[in-house]
Amino acid sequence: MASSTKRIPTQHIIGYVLSIVLTLVAAWVALKSNLPTLWIIVGILLLAVIQAGIQLIMFMHMVEFESNNGHIPWNMMFHGFVAAAIVVAGSLFTMVYGF
Amino acid sequence: MSTQEAKHTPLEYQTTHGQMNILGFWIFLAAEVVLFSTLFATYAVLFGRTADSPLPSELFGAEIVLIMTFLLLTSSFTCGIAIHNMRQGQVKPLIIWMVITLLLGLGFLGFEIYEFMHYTHEGATLQSSAFWSSFYVLAGTHGLHVTLGIGWATLLIIQIVKRGLTPVTSQKVFIISLYWHFLDVIWIFIFTAVYLIGMVV
Repeated sequence: MASSTKRIPTQHIIGYVLSIVLTLVAAWVALKSNLPTLWIIVGILLLAVIQAGIQLIMFMHMVEFESNNGHIPWNMMFHGFVAAAIVVAGSLFTMVYGF
Repeated sequence: MSTQEAKHTPLEYQTTHGQMNILGFWIFLAAEVVLFSTLFATYAVLFGRTADSPLPSELFGAEIVLIMTFLLLTSSFTCGIAIHNMRQGQVKPLIIWMVITLLLGLGFLGFEIYEFMHYTHEGATLQSSAFWSSFYVLAGTHGLHVTLGIGWATLLIIQIVKRGLTPVTSQKVFIISLYWHFLDVIWIFIFTAVYLIGMVV
């Protein structure tokens, strides 16, 4: 694959800069902006998901040719995160909202 | 697959054994995602149940959490650089970048221990309320993973020094890089869902 023979790890640098920026944006939104609390929570959780995606794709070589173009890692992570979302949302639904 | 691509197949993918180990590690990571999801769910459900102990918004400090986040983000980046060097067959840069990664990881752990001690002095311990129990278990499980990762990577660096880059050792280093990046993924969610939301609400 072309990226593994490059001298400068462009993809890693882009991923690193993006994650720093996203972290700072999330911190700013949470601590300095005057948005309503619900908007802040939804917004920063969305930023976290984007940043996790950057880690997986830019750093963890998820979509490279050797891992069947990421077929298996993608499956694993997708189903892992779906199960995680069900556990967290389901627990909140039953325990907090009283069903 | 053309012959051009076959020549550039990284060492860790050259044997079926290596491919299977990497596949198995992705399955492990999916299980880890679910493990942490149970801890996040416990934390979310117990949020606000602080009894007589301090509130999270009184204790969480933006500076220390941002420092910890940048330490871990940078260590994830240097770990990626180490793998980049490994794929070019350069052993020495690989070892140097892995050592930097571990030092950053140790820095992260130091700040986390300092942070936990600070909270304990302020009256928020594992026993003081349901909220703080779930907080310490969630953040502590992540810290334990970082500790294990540091020990694991140290052993691998010794192995690389002794045996050099072979399909077996490079597959092991690739797997620990996946583990290390994964810890960063979990930390992003702890940073957001625990610290930022704890400071907002």
